[in-house]
Amino acid sequence: MHHTAVLFLEFGAVLLGLGILGALALRVGISPIPLYLIAGLAFGTGGIVPLATSEEFIATGAEIGVVLLLLTLGLEYNASELVTSLKSNAPAGLVDLVLNAAPGAICALLLGWGPVAAVAMAGVTYATSSGITAKVLSDLGWIGNRETPVVLSLLVFEDLTMAVYLPVLTAMLAGLSFAGGAVTVGIALATVSVVLLVALRFGRFIEAFVSSPNSEVLLLKVVGLALLVAGAAQQLQVSAAVGAFLVGIALSGELAHETQALLAPLRDLFAAVFFVFFGLQTDPAKILPMAGLAVVLALVSMVTKLLTGVYAARRAGIGKAGRARAGIALIPRGEFNIVIAGLAVTGGAHPDLGPLAAAYVLILAAFGPLAARLVQPFITAIAKRA
Amino acid sequence: MEVEQTVLPGIGLRHEFTTRSGRRIGIVSHRTGRRDLVIYDPDDPDRACETVKLNDEEADALVELLGAPRIVQRLNALHRDVEGLVSLQLPIPSGSRYDGRPMGDARVRTRTGASIVAVVRSGQVVASPGPEFVLAGDDVVVVVGSPESTAAVADIFSHG
Repeated sequence: MHHTAVLFLEFGAVLLGLGILGALALRVGISPIPLYLIAGLAFGTGGIVPLATSEEFIATGAEIGVVLLLLTLGLEYNASELVTSLKSNAPAGLVDLVLNAAPGAICALLLGWGPVAAVAMAGVTYATSSGITAKVLSDLGWIGNRETPVVLSLLVFEDLTMAVYLPVLTAMLAGLSFAGGAVTVGIALATVSVVLLVALRFGRFIEAFVSSPNSEVLLLKVVGLALLVAGAAQQLQVSAAVGAFLVGIALSGELAHETQALLAPLRDLFAAVFFVFFGLQTDPAKILPMAGLAVVLALVSMVTKLLTGVYAARRAGIGKAGRARAGIALIPRGEFNIVIAGLAVTGGAHPDLGPLAAAYVLILAAFGPLAARLVQPFITAIAKRA
Repeated sequence: MEVEQTVLPGIGLRHEFTTRSGRRIGIVSHRTGRRDLVIYDPDDPDRACETVKLNDEEADALVELLGAPRIVQRLNALHRDVEGLVSLQLPIPSGSRYDGRPMGDARVRTRTGASIVAVVRSGQVVASPGPEFVLAGDDVVVVVGSPESTAAVADIFSHG
């Protein structure tokens, strides 16, 4: 068969399959991410159907997916929100970091996977999925709740931490020496600070450059700029994802909302491709031996996130029921954790890291939102009795 | 009464306050323009037990319904507080000589000393209208002044 024909057949089948799975997830009321991962596992390495021709195309699509995921994440927040929540929530953010990075790091060290894998696993257990959590908050009508700002500012804090964490991980995976790594991290920190400063002081100049009444022109300018900055960041070993995130942050106000709406379909397409690609790279046969460990890790990190939420909400003067809700809302893990695991796998970390991360995210992306839904009536009952 | 404002990163802003009877209510202003009217659970004051989503039009309608009677109420309170100050609501009959003419043409302040503080048109309140504001039949003009001056304004609008 002709190359193009095979490519279209394979890619089309994958996308159609994802669409059907997405519809299923919507009906059951869970995040489609775990189903996308399962779809990826079914294809590719060790799967039922190997995708020989389109795998390369899907790999590139996955890279673009990461850039778009981070770009839209950056668009969600503006620089002043980041600075405010950094100032007011630093203690809670640090507790979040320490409590939730520890399970992954300790697990990797106990397995003898070495320090690089430990740093990667720390990221896998640390980051809450802001996408899934935002959806949980809005689905359950928790947006108006008084503990919600606490949850949201923790998410903001995590995303900012990522801007420092990803370059560190990239440097470690590239096997840079300590000095080389320090330089990279220095560059990353300097870039983040400069971008925040520029966005705070001169945001309107960037907006004036990008802004256009024509949505086509706007789309091309933003995606072009994001890819360009991502490429430059990658070249500096700062991680493409961080570059894209910073572009998102630099754009704010009306322009950011407009761009977000424009990018949403594009992001959904490529992000789905990204989750499939991660599944493709992972051998499903290797997941089963990791399943037990993943369950334990998931349970432990559910507890640590709960504690984080309870602590942060108590600091903000929220009542008992609200504290529990804040903890539960933080449980879901998703896109970021896979992005981190994906970086580690391509960077040549321990071969079991991919399957463990996949199983872990499968559990928490599916169970997190479900837990919130199931626990809601109990929390209300507690509040009534108190 | 104290209105608390909280930033919701990635979503927008929330304003909330506690009523005298102890209920908490709030408004979540989404960046997309959506407004949520939230009412907090009396048993669990952190939880929004009711969330009503409002689009721009619905939010405006709610504001009018809550706001329009308030202006009249405040005016009534005002002339209770200030001795000798009266506020009157004067309807403009359709076909009146001021129907369709800018308010400045009536030269109310110059002729009587009273002030037009608001015009109510089909339930909507236009607060402090300027002299260029064009009156229409069935408008209700709210004037504030001494008993004599407001009576003089009533004369102007009923006879011309």
